[in-house]
Amino acid sequence: MNSDVLLSISDLYKAFGGVAATNQVTLDILDREVHAIIGPNGAGKTTLVSQLTGVLMPDAGQITFKGNDITYMPAHRRPHLGMARSFQITSIIHDMTVLENVALAIQAKAGHSYRFWRSADSDQNLTGPAMEALRGVGLEAQAMQIAGPLSHGEHRQLEMAMVMATAPVLVLLDEPTAGMGQEDSTRMIAALQVLKGSCTIILVEHDMDAVFALADRITVLVEGRVIATGKPDAIRSDETVRQAYLGEELEAVTDVPGSGSSGTVRHVC
Amino acid sequence: MTLRGWVTCAVIVVLALVPPIVSLVDNAFILDMATRFVILAIAAVSLNLILGYGRMISFGHAAYLGIGAYAVGIPAYYEVYNGYLHILIAMSVSAVFALVTGIVCLRTRGVNFIMITMAFAQMVFFAFVSIEEYGGDDGLVIEMRSEFGSLIDLENASVLYYVCFVSLLLILYLIRRIVRSRFGMVIQGARGNEPRMQSLGFDTFRYKLACYVIAGTICGYAGALLGNFTNFISPEMMDWTRSGELIFMVVLGGTGSVFGPVLGTSVFLFLEEILSGLWLYWQLVFGVFLILVVLFAKGGIDSWLSGRRTH
Repeated sequence: MNSDVLLSISDLYKAFGGVAATNQVTLDILDREVHAIIGPNGAGKTTLVSQLTGVLMPDAGQITFKGNDITYMPAHRRPHLGMARSFQITSIIHDMTVLENVALAIQAKAGHSYRFWRSADSDQNLTGPAMEALRGVGLEAQAMQIAGPLSHGEHRQLEMAMVMATAPVLVLLDEPTAGMGQEDSTRMIAALQVLKGSCTIILVEHDMDAVFALADRITVLVEGRVIATGKPDAIRSDETVRQAYLGEELEAVTDVPGSGSSGTVRHVC
Repeated sequence: MTLRGWVTCAVIVVLALVPPIVSLVDNAFILDMATRFVILAIAAVSLNLILGYGRMISFGHAAYLGIGAYAVGIPAYYEVYNGYLHILIAMSVSAVFALVTGIVCLRTRGVNFIMITMAFAQMVFFAFVSIEEYGGDDGLVIEMRSEFGSLIDLENASVLYYVCFVSLLLILYLIRRIVRSRFGMVIQGARGNEPRMQSLGFDTFRYKLACYVIAGTICGYAGALLGNFTNFISPEMMDWTRSGELIFMVVLGGTGSVFGPVLGTSVFLFLEEILSGLWLYWQLVFGVFLILVVLFAKGGIDSWLSGRRTH
């Protein structure tokens, strides 16, 4: 694995009404790793992701991406550096077709959109790559349907197609399997396995199966603080983590096959 | 062809035939009505670009009608009758006004946006009320209509009508192109899910601002036509109630299509004409009708014609 640091978070701090949702978080995300961020509800996972994507601005600290300080960069500029995100609650444009949703993702990266005359729907430069991305998630048959009425699983697939359509450098996935049944969830994990290695993924996830199946490294957040970072095996056996969070949930997945590295058990903190 | 397609064609054909019909029945009043309708339809269509496609509910769109009309009236007051100049002034002042106010307004959402657009329009209204030189609230009479050389003589009512009619057609076509272009997709995407559009990398504020300026500029052009048509302009043209009427025309016709507001304008003016002849307190009935439309006819006439409900 290339051990270059792609995204570096240092001493990040964000409070809401005196309660620190992100408390002195320092974390390096390495190039092409899958880095899972786990933690109990209210641990500040989404708050952290929101600061990485520019939806929320931190109170203190610094975020650098490929060596550039992006701490206070507006959200709409970050995708142009190669960052893409999915949302915990599916975020698509409901009254457009599936294809138009993905075409917009392509369009966002294809220079400015002050183009007033040519029809976007018949623009091969947009629809071509968009269809490609839909094929990638197995949604090409629904391309011409309005996105809103589709099923939850299809919404998640569409969301993934929008994220991947532009070949991002860093992908932030906020609970990609949220609200999915076992079958859909397994399919999503398989889809992410394919991506692994081609780009850097920050995975915020509740589903421990997904986390241990995919992650190269795991960071555990509790009450806004990083309590551990390390390889899956190390996290699984870490006492602090067990006490704070994983507990019995972890026992259940200890024997998951293909759960990333199998290094010796060691404590991290 | 769909029912909507038939109605669209029928309306356009009827509008194209208004002057010959009028000369047959010898009733100049019909031509006046039709001219006013076409001009207000342009205003409503331009409002729909921001209201329908961008969900920017501007309660100050009539300000551009006023700006456009004064762009004809004030030069005419100084005996400058060059029509090209009038239109240039109307559109550029409208564009600048939209740009400056848009930068402020578009930082707000929902009811705040409605109130602040209305506030800016009222500022223009009171500005013209207070300028005694141009008649204040008594208004200003335009002695001569804009001149466009020997080919187009706006003093001829039929010519004026056709200028307005062709303008409407061109603007409908222009807006149809815009809403289907890349730019239009960004505007509609921001209507549907603005945070998502930003996370995809669109600076939605700028695109919405550009859209706001385009709509204002087109309405400024409609205002220049209105000034020529009425020969008399007053601040009353840009009163907030006028902006409200434009919104009703758009909502009544339907925000889901480019042509919808034209239908809304026609029904609005037709009812206004009929009801005001029947009863002194016609506005009472009209108000109830409008409330019913808003409550029960979501998507307006347009969605009723196309048999589908839109957003």
